[in-house]
Amino acid sequence: MKKLVTSLFISLATSLLFVPSLAMASETELHLDRAPDRSGDKAALQNGAKIFVNYCLNCHSASYMRYNRLQDIGLTDQQIKDNLLFTADKVGESMSITMRRDEAKEWFGIAPPDLTVIARARASGFGSGADWLYTYLRGFYRDSERPTGWNNTVFENVGMPHVLWELQGEQVLGEDHKLTLATPGKMKPQAYDDMVADLVGFLQYMGEPGAAKRKSLGWIVLLFLGVLFVLAYALKREYWKDIH
Amino acid sequence: MSVVNTKLKDLLGWVDERFPLTSNWKAHLSEYYAPKNFNFWYFFGSLALLVLVIQIVTGIFLVMHFKPDASLNAAGVPVAFASVEYIMRDVPWGWLIRYMHSTGASAFFIVVYMHMFRGMLYGSYRKPRELIWIFGMLIFLCLMAEAFFGYLLPWGQMSYWGAQVIVNLFSAIPFVGPDLSLWIRGDYVVGDATLNRFFAFHVIAVPLVLVGLVVAHILALHEVGSNNPDGIEIKKKKDAKGIPLDGIPFHPYYTVKDIMGVVVFLMAFSLIVFFAPEVGGYFLEYNNFFPANPLQTPPHIAPVWYFTPFYSILRAVTYPLFGIDAKFWGVVAMGASAMIFVLLPWLDRSPAKSIRYRGPIYKTFLVAFVISFFVLGYLGVLPQTPVRTLISQICSVIYFAFFLLMPIYSSIDKCKPEPDRVTSSGHGVNK
Repeated sequence: MKKLVTSLFISLATSLLFVPSLAMASETELHLDRAPDRSGDKAALQNGAKIFVNYCLNCHSASYMRYNRLQDIGLTDQQIKDNLLFTADKVGESMSITMRRDEAKEWFGIAPPDLTVIARARASGFGSGADWLYTYLRGFYRDSERPTGWNNTVFENVGMPHVLWELQGEQVLGEDHKLTLATPGKMKPQAYDDMVADLVGFLQYMGEPGAAKRKSLGWIVLLFLGVLFVLAYALKREYWKDIH
Repeated sequence: MSVVNTKLKDLLGWVDERFPLTSNWKAHLSEYYAPKNFNFWYFFGSLALLVLVIQIVTGIFLVMHFKPDASLNAAGVPVAFASVEYIMRDVPWGWLIRYMHSTGASAFFIVVYMHMFRGMLYGSYRKPRELIWIFGMLIFLCLMAEAFFGYLLPWGQMSYWGAQVIVNLFSAIPFVGPDLSLWIRGDYVVGDATLNRFFAFHVIAVPLVLVGLVVAHILALHEVGSNNPDGIEIKKKKDAKGIPLDGIPFHPYYTVKDIMGVVVFLMAFSLIVFFAPEVGGYFLEYNNFFPANPLQTPPHIAPVWYFTPFYSILRAVTYPLFGIDAKFWGVVAMGASAMIFVLLPWLDRSPAKSIRYRGPIYKTFLVAFVISFFVLGYLGVLPQTPVRTLISQICSVIYFAFFLLMPIYSSIDKCKPEPDRVTSSGHGVNK
């Protein structure tokens, strides 16, 4: 029996060794930059929320997200009301927009998607959803072929124009498929990347606002189960003493 | 104290005159004699029951807030999809209930696959336990139906297109196929009608059958008694009172032991629920965070991991036969691969039940089968290429050869003699 299990594991391990080479054979590679982790940084997340509300929340909704949920990232209801509440009257309302979807479709070719869970949807084998967004928001370049004048290295023929172009400036795509900054924007490249990281951090937070609470609760549950296991093991031993 | 005891005894007597409470307690727990040499593999039966309870209880609470409605809300999001996010955000503890349910689905399959493999290791399907095995396979069938129906409900891209692909499989059946798939969907494409009927099946019809089958599975088990890692019948050696010498009462011995198993299982379960509920896109597929869009086919549609071995076999069939499309034969092969386990009691001719006393040929075939099962499962999540199709064809042949050649190899295999009494499992758990 032991031998069988061992031989099973060995043969499984060896067969799984050659399998990953299969996986890589045909997929089109997508190179994503790693998004800096902003999950614990409340100031960065608040900055991300500000950018999101100012630049994204005109065309994109975040309709499962309520404004007052932003208390999670350290904002008070009053702060939310004073600084972020552009599309609603009350902090308990969700982050919806007034743009009509049928009109949006006419203007952009596609209605801009709701962004509440975009950071979860964009995850793939190539990287996390945050990585995808971080690369995407830094991957716009000038393309005269497109109706908007913009294209993107991650999202080919994207319908969205480069909303942050004033900040980043204008990039062009070289023959070598590398992006270069042709016209500088208001921000230095480093500062722009930093700001995008904040925005992406916020999108990731918004994808699952309870994620931090979930993890911290997890430790308590595991601790409880650990204690329970000791008791269950002792109980089992006590009962099984007389079984030979 | 003794007054209370007498009162309780009177009450029990009152109930027993009207309902077989004590006799059932004895028959199924305190005087149900199970072999004393159960090892690690024997935890998974009680764990499957636990996961069933988790799924039913969390499911009840999810139904209170979920809305099976494919129409778009004001933000342009399908109501069903939005209601899942509502549960995740606005319902107190909704995220926990939902993650328990989504993790429970995968956990159910892990536990049931282990439980089935245990049966294969120790020949638990052999006479006189054929009916237990058949009930078990029907449970597995229900479980697959339940998972399939449930997967449509969040109404994400993978929900939608997965259902589209699977329902379309029925259209490969000659003559009645197209009408049949239309009948299942209730529409020409997967839509609101499909969502509502899948909801009905998922929350009422299938669970009802599932619970009934579980009861039948356990009743049949308690009629003939449990097998054990030695594959011998403990009922053959009894003491003067008619109690098997190697048997111990299920309660308290296995109840306290299973509690231990339950705690270990809950630890693994909690690790996923609290720290990695998506499990890298395998338990919750990333693409399913996009709402269903009937106008946009995803570039790659993969079923959830627990269906992938069978899905690979479906895709491995590429030859048309008797003038019927290869797709139809793929569906036949897929159905056969999931259900062929039913035949095991009659395919197995080995003199020994347990792997411990079986010969090298059976062990070789079993190892080859397990490897092909894993490789097929792995290939099932990937897009097809010619090399992968070839490998999945080879693995499919091994998969079926394990079953179809069993009458031959199991009868010529050199088995060791079985012992008279059970031997210690040697895992130390039983000591």
